[in-house]
Amino acid sequence: MVDQLATGSRRGLRPALPLLLPAYLWLTVAIFLPLSAMMFFSFMTDLPLAGKEWAFTLGNYAAFFSQSLYSTLLFASLRLGLEVTLWCVVIGYPAAYVLAKVLKGRSREAIFLLVILPFWSNGLVRIFSWAMVLREGGILDTALNAVLPFKINIDLMYSYPAVIIGLVHSYVPYMVLTCYLTLQAIDDSLIEAGRSLGASRLQVLKRVIIPLSMPGLIAGAALIFVPVVGSFMEPRILGGRTGTFYGTIIEDQFVAVFNWPLGAALSFILLAVVLIILALAAPVLRRAS
Amino acid sequence: MAGVQVANVSRSFGAHRALDNVSIDFADGGFYALLGPSGSGKTTLLRQIAGFDFPDAGRIAIGGEGVERVPVEKRRIGMVFQNYALFPNMSVADNIAFGLSVRGEPKATIATEVQRALDLVQLGKLGARRPHQLSGGQRQRVALARAIVTKPRVLLLDEPLGALDKALRVDMQIELKRIQREIGITTIFVTHDQEEALTMSDRIGILRDGRLVQEGPPEEIYDRPQSEFAATFLGDANIFRGHVTGNGIRLPDGTTIAAASGSSLTAGAKANCAVRPERIQISTGTARPDSGNANTLKGQVSKRIFAGNNSTYFVECDWQTLKVIVQNTGAERLAEGEPVMLSWSPESTVLIAAS
Repeated sequence: MVDQLATGSRRGLRPALPLLLPAYLWLTVAIFLPLSAMMFFSFMTDLPLAGKEWAFTLGNYAAFFSQSLYSTLLFASLRLGLEVTLWCVVIGYPAAYVLAKVLKGRSREAIFLLVILPFWSNGLVRIFSWAMVLREGGILDTALNAVLPFKINIDLMYSYPAVIIGLVHSYVPYMVLTCYLTLQAIDDSLIEAGRSLGASRLQVLKRVIIPLSMPGLIAGAALIFVPVVGSFMEPRILGGRTGTFYGTIIEDQFVAVFNWPLGAALSFILLAVVLIILALAAPVLRRAS
Repeated sequence: MAGVQVANVSRSFGAHRALDNVSIDFADGGFYALLGPSGSGKTTLLRQIAGFDFPDAGRIAIGGEGVERVPVEKRRIGMVFQNYALFPNMSVADNIAFGLSVRGEPKATIATEVQRALDLVQLGKLGARRPHQLSGGQRQRVALARAIVTKPRVLLLDEPLGALDKALRVDMQIELKRIQREIGITTIFVTHDQEEALTMSDRIGILRDGRLVQEGPPEEIYDRPQSEFAATFLGDANIFRGHVTGNGIRLPDGTTIAAASGSSLTAGAKANCAVRPERIQISTGTARPDSGNANTLKGQVSKRIFAGNNSTYFVECDWQTLKVIVQNTGAERLAEGEPVMLSWSPESTVLIAAS
């Protein structure tokens, strides 16, 4: 059986080549080459522009270890990634459940559209509209003061919660979509079977539905955690002074300080750390699903 | 164990009346088949008894206790689903243990009960397997073991053999019946397969368009159908249409068909007679057969279908084609086009009101 599959796939590779080639060519040109260039930069003392002198060095990587600021910010970013991922699970999973198991037909389509709507607007526009909502005298502040009989001050702008809100808003659709797909694949009769055996709805959720939708939760978490750890736009605009994270430091190296080699080195350290975390989590996650 | 009483249960989905004032008494320890074409309401009725759905009106009692508003998890029922609905994330043993484990039984009790259930369905050594590693028949047995290990008051089966091939289905019918006898549980079985209903059940309820058409032991429904639908849905029947005269009917051309006595239909009313194809005797020639049967008809063989142990003849009479089934006894077979005489007794003829 295994042998058959193996020979089958070997025989199948040659006719599949024309189909695979465009994608792999594109990936090589668009990702592999620039990344290789970045890797090369990260070992240089300076950019080879305008005839500047440069040499190979490990100093850019050493900088990460010699200055505690970088590792502190990396930890802050990892924590941010973890928190945003958790909030996305808390908000996205129930929504996905309702979409997959409760709603049918037209109402499902309508709610689904609302979930993916954020994808259709520009990311920068979304963040600035959050800024309008969250600042003092902004939409949230005005609306709450109009309703509540007492005076409250809502000024979430330039704070850690504002960064979380912005990021969760941007990334929660990924969690909804991945969970929706796995939840929809769960046969309703499994839920009925569980209940016919005396399990309450909560027990069915815990012992049947969540284990079976684990692949979706994991895929969603990976899709969210990785980009959030390196995010810079939301922290910079919504976080202000409190929004200094690992991603914003990298951005600074590229657009403000023009120290591309250091920015590249910091990026590859982040990539390594994320890969290590995913590798460490893999066995645990595989058992869970 | 307990009996189940369904009294005047109705259920509508929008404008569609899925169940219309259905009442059935399922006695303790019996094996019941709910038989009907798709859309007849048989599955809806089963789901009402299970508690997945609540009736709009009427009462449902399990063991004398009214349950029509009790949710499924509190009804103590066992259910086997058409697609088995085994939990793919659990081993066979964990699937069977699920009901005991959510109830909080001690681990040691669960282990012995699960093993006993596995032995009962003859899967003693497969506890560690995953559902996807089992064959269809084995999954079926696991689903059954999972449903009965919790010692439910009633066992509900929703077309459980529908996904199996013919040979395996016959095996499972015997197996299911053996297990049911062994634990003596009240069993309600939904099927659209009339043969399955006839061979397995103590009683059959035939449903059509949300109504109970007839209910009783298989022999009674087969021999004494009360409607044309019951006669033709459970088994095969030749139907004659005419008006009541004496104990039988008069056909439009004046021929009378005698039926067994005891009919309550008034003379002159529209009525039908049903005759099973295997009850009709067939003889060559045009002379009256010496079988002494009161009902005779002349005809001509129009088609013969040989099926090994029997042959089906389609015999064209003056106004309709009759189906006759003859056992293969080695006697000479009739050729197509041959003139024949058909005869059958009034006792084989059932008078039913015209629908």
